[in-house]
Amino acid sequence: MKRSDFLEHVSWTGAGIAWTLSASGLMTSVADARGMKTGALSFVQISDSHIGFTRPENPDVAGTLKKTIDDINAMPVQPSFVVHTGDLTHLSKPEQFDTVKGMLSQLKAPLVVMPGEHDVIGSPDNYNAAFGSKDAPQGWHSFDMNGVHFVTLVNVFNFEIDGKLGQDQLDWVTKDLAAQKASTPIVVFGHVPLYALYPQWGWTTEDGAAVLAQLARFDAVTVLNGHIHQIIQHTEGNIKFATAASTAYPQPAPGTADKPGPLKVPDGQLLGVLGYRTVGLAPTAPADVKDHSLA
Amino acid sequence: MNALLIAAIVAIASPSAAPSPAATPGYVVHIKDFKYAPTPLKIHIGETVKFINDDDEPHTVTATDKSFDSEALDTSGSWTHTFAKAGTYSYFCELHPYMKATVVVTGATK
Repeated sequence: MKRSDFLEHVSWTGAGIAWTLSASGLMTSVADARGMKTGALSFVQISDSHIGFTRPENPDVAGTLKKTIDDINAMPVQPSFVVHTGDLTHLSKPEQFDTVKGMLSQLKAPLVVMPGEHDVIGSPDNYNAAFGSKDAPQGWHSFDMNGVHFVTLVNVFNFEIDGKLGQDQLDWVTKDLAAQKASTPIVVFGHVPLYALYPQWGWTTEDGAAVLAQLARFDAVTVLNGHIHQIIQHTEGNIKFATAASTAYPQPAPGTADKPGPLKVPDGQLLGVLGYRTVGLAPTAPADVKDHSLA
Repeated sequence: MNALLIAAIVAIASPSAAPSPAATPGYVVHIKDFKYAPTPLKIHIGETVKFINDDDEPHTVTATDKSFDSEALDTSGSWTHTFAKAGTYSYFCELHPYMKATVVVTGATK
């Protein structure tokens, strides 16, 4: 791809993201225009693409992300949006952001993004240059679509110990959730798992419990995270948690290895452990979470 | 890297100085199996430490007070830092924040 073509894609993506983050009403009207009934919608979650990773566990992470994008674009009914729950890049480098942004701009559906810790190494500057929005300068934001309230949290900027939200974000989310009715379906996105999934490997959000306490009053809450490169589902009361597969490489199940990190699977088995997730939401039914491998 | 260059230039520019441990990175901290070793590392003011990532995963060497930061060190990547002031420096890996270690810097060498 020529540089000039690439820049056109980037500007298109940038416009799409700003629009996704800032104009929730517009998002709803787009969904309506696609003939979706109010109160029912579907979206896709992808995660942990690690563009820039080159090691033997997956020497072609761009190839597996492209396959993911192609599979999503081939869905007969396009999702209302695609959310990427972080670790777009491996090392936060500008050229890695260029690559992943150019690739994600090929998605037919609008894109919602948030950073993982691999996207803010040293500082969030390179992430913000690629994906930042003036309407959500610190990354966290919420939007409404078809009667569902979506909240995107950033639990990697204050990463001193484990994932951490920080007081500013806790204050914001407290106010945001307080304005919602208990009957409104809530969907929460974030990179690092919001509950203590496996703190020994840092797979937890240190101050996540403060948000979970506020989510307890809602009838139906779905919390979708990435970070751990495997599908783990968990339920606490009315809160349903699910971590997503990576599009790049798997990691060991909690406690099954000395340490977390890329897991080498036998040749020919990689696509079976990578994938994406479709989520269907209807007013009265629990979230319909389906995981799809790339195999 | 700048600190290393400066240390090297200073060493070249002042040949009459007493043998200076700052002329070469006298201390090496290896990052292996998600651990920094040795820790705590005890050095003197003006001495230089080279941090080398021996893991398959990227790591960083980031001061808890953010006074220094290696940014991302990929496999076999290294980063060198000269400690100019006395103190106890706690640092961690931004990617794996449970990885923690310490450098203790005391008064100048004789």
